[in-house]
Amino acid sequence: MVIKHKFLMKTEGAWSDADELLLCLDTGSWRTERPVADREKCNYCGLCALYCPPQCMKDMGDYFVPNLDFCKGCGVCAKECPRNAITMVPEGEFTDG
Amino acid sequence: MVSTQKGQVRVITGNAAAAYGAMLCRPDVATSYPITPMSEVAEQLSTFRAEGLVDTEMVEVEGENSAMNVVAAATLAGGRAFTATSSWGLVFMYDAVQHASGFRAPVVMAIANRETPGILAVSGGQQDIISTRDTGWIQIIVEDCQEILDSVIMAFRLAEDYDIQLPVMVNYDGFYLSYMAMPVEVPEREDVDRFLAPLKQQPERTKLVPGKPLGCGTHGIEVGFVELRYKHCMAMQRALEKVDEIDRSFGEFFGRSYGGQIEEYRTDDADIILVTSGGATGTARVVVDAKREQGIKVGLVKLRLFRPFPRQRLSEVLKGRKAIGVIDRSVGFGWNCGPMFMEIRALTPEIGIIPMLSYIDGLANLDITILHIERVVDEVYAASQGKPYQEVTWIPLEE
Repeated sequence: MVIKHKFLMKTEGAWSDADELLLCLDTGSWRTERPVADREKCNYCGLCALYCPPQCMKDMGDYFVPNLDFCKGCGVCAKECPRNAITMVPEGEFTDG
Repeated sequence: MVSTQKGQVRVITGNAAAAYGAMLCRPDVATSYPITPMSEVAEQLSTFRAEGLVDTEMVEVEGENSAMNVVAAATLAGGRAFTATSSWGLVFMYDAVQHASGFRAPVVMAIANRETPGILAVSGGQQDIISTRDTGWIQIIVEDCQEILDSVIMAFRLAEDYDIQLPVMVNYDGFYLSYMAMPVEVPEREDVDRFLAPLKQQPERTKLVPGKPLGCGTHGIEVGFVELRYKHCMAMQRALEKVDEIDRSFGEFFGRSYGGQIEEYRTDDADIILVTSGGATGTARVVVDAKREQGIKVGLVKLRLFRPFPRQRLSEVLKGRKAIGVIDRSVGFGWNCGPMFMEIRALTPEIGIIPMLSYIDGLANLDITILHIERVVDEVYAASQGKPYQEVTWIPLEE
């Protein structure tokens, strides 16, 4: 048998580390709705970052934005934001989606 | 040639032999949830711990499922871990059993074989081996108490080998061997340390270290899954040769060896071959000797390794014979024959088309007697002479 596949796992066992592509699945492609943050409303409380299941809210210093490479669009951030600064917008409304 | 190391002979049960074997390998973690007929293994290990013979951390668990998860996790943290179970306990940890092998966690587990659910049979049988046949574990089946102890030691060397990294089950007949006391030579701990020392020369296997984030078994998506399954299968194949190698090494070290994957008895000039596994092999040896006296050229093969399946070595020994009889202590649902028979039948392209006879016997603690095995030899011999034969026989139902 000729194996053409280039092996992804570096170890014999089923190990994957956090700094290589194995922990970086393209979960952003799963999204059907995108969180859009209103920077004016955001008071940097950080609840969105605390609740975000894949931990993909980026800390921008005095506000948060979702990392769209990983955001699955679950909407927890929009639900939990006390100032309603995050709106879930269908992906179809974006041209980059 | 090194002189073989002697130990102290003690009269102990099969369960105690398993516990002695584990204790001598100094596991870092051990746990077991009690179940008939293996509870004594955990009791003995706890006694060794209480007596200060080992510093093994004994984890108290609420069930077998937790037990398997504890030992698998312990090996992923780089430790040596041991557990034991039987039948319903094995079934209750079924998902964890597959986690362990999928994680390539080198756990060693002793199993006192017993009938599995759902007919409540607190009695011996090998159905639990069959129920975990396809879980990706290495499965060794042993014949007597000495072999239990020795095989547990060999199992650690096999499981933790860098080229293998697979969990190993050491199977022995529940009720028969588990409770039967036999003289067993218990090796000195320092000698066992030396026997296991080659593991320390190998590269260190990947392990969980605080502060260094690692996932295990978490990224089997798409072709990554295929890759891991392939590696697992290749490790299983490597284990075949490794079992023989470790068995030879054990023989040189302690003066006892068991043939590795299979043990052959009087097969050299045999026309017909009987295949058995576990404790029934002892009875079969007696029958083979008696039948040889009567002029029947019968040989015996003890199947020691069931997974990975010793395809090549079995083919070599079975090729050119006139008929084969296989005694199974379990059933193969959907095939109406013994599971081991079914696998040996799959060797037909290698060994040729000859009569193969399946015998199901010894279920639920029924004895596989000398009379039963004599009957098997007679029928296999008749089949080898061209007489008509019945392919599958449930011996207890024909008595």
